[in-house]
Amino acid sequence: MTEQIIEKIEKIEKKHGKKETVRSSIVLKVYRANRRAGESVHYNSIEVPVQRWTTVLDALLYAKAYKDKSIAIRYSCRMASCGSCGMKINGIPRLACYTKVSELEGSTITVEPLANFPHIRDLVTDFSQFFSHHRDMRPYIQNDEADIKDRAKLSEFMQSPEDLDKFLQFSYCIKCGLCYSACPTVATDTKFPGPQALSQAYRYFIDNRDAAGKERENIVDDRHGIWRCHFAGSCSSVCPKGVDPALGIQLLRGHLLGFSKNEKKVADLRERPKRD
Amino acid sequence: MAMLRESQIMKIHYITGIAALFVVAVHILMRLIIPFSLSLEYENVIANYHNIPYVVLLESILVLIAIHGFNGLRVILLELRQSKAWEDGVTILTIVAMMAVIAYGTRTIIVANGSGF
Repeated sequence: MTEQIIEKIEKIEKKHGKKETVRSSIVLKVYRANRRAGESVHYNSIEVPVQRWTTVLDALLYAKAYKDKSIAIRYSCRMASCGSCGMKINGIPRLACYTKVSELEGSTITVEPLANFPHIRDLVTDFSQFFSHHRDMRPYIQNDEADIKDRAKLSEFMQSPEDLDKFLQFSYCIKCGLCYSACPTVATDTKFPGPQALSQAYRYFIDNRDAAGKERENIVDDRHGIWRCHFAGSCSSVCPKGVDPALGIQLLRGHLLGFSKNEKKVADLRERPKRD
Repeated sequence: MAMLRESQIMKIHYITGIAALFVVAVHILMRLIIPFSLSLEYENVIANYHNIPYVVLLESILVLIAIHGFNGLRVILLELRQSKAWEDGVTILTIVAMMAVIAYGTRTIIVANGSGF
């Protein structure tokens, strides 16, 4: 499965990198609004010099440093690990640090805040609802067998590479919110947990160290739960880490319908070697 | 308010959808046994209603499509607003509408069959 993911990422990179254009400068059309200060929505066009390797985040930071200091952006790692710089670039949810300007068509690049998130200012959105949905899925291993309080009793779970493959791709999620922004159901149903939370529910549901499968089934089997997914698949196509949330949702649905039985045997704890 | 789990409702939704495809296909094929316009003539239609296996087929089309269709409508309406009152209202409304359609359709079948009313 890991090889498949790498192939998929390479395919996406190839697809995006096909029309690489070298330009000396681009025009950044930046969405500007600060509703709290009574500022209405408008776009600022800023000319930015670029190199072949310049990312949209680099261009934005240049604009912020030398043209307009008031542009609000959220970013951190600059290497597609933290998931902070998600925004709509030419209408598609992308990570600004992972999108090179040379990959994009045209000399004008439009940057807007992510859709489906409450707007705060300029390119910054509020992630509290998104994180709340993620938290609702109890994204952690729950197993009474594993004693985490008594350090002397701490032990390992036995897990085979096959067991790992079942959930590995879903654990690459960086919670950047691109899938949530691309989801058509989230756009209309605010109670819908979204692709990120649902795929994380599957990630822990199928993990054989976890023993709370039934509890997670009850959480997602709701009027506004997993069944409201229309399977548009846009979540999977925008994921910068090659995760396929739509697949996770369908696999979990299969378990809920009883088509695929969860034959998961909860992993045994490895016996601790005796010390004299 | 939740008598059935959402997964159970959706299982019924998928099963009725697939079953409806099958019974509607049989219903359409039955129209093709004789020329189509002839099959819709009064005597032939009434004769159909006197044929018990065909009556069972019509009743199953009615029930399957009503269940599938009204649940589909419920799903669409649930996405429009998110409040407990709206969700319960939509669920009750679609169940009542579904039962009314099934009752009226069944009455039509019974009347045409000549076995009641």
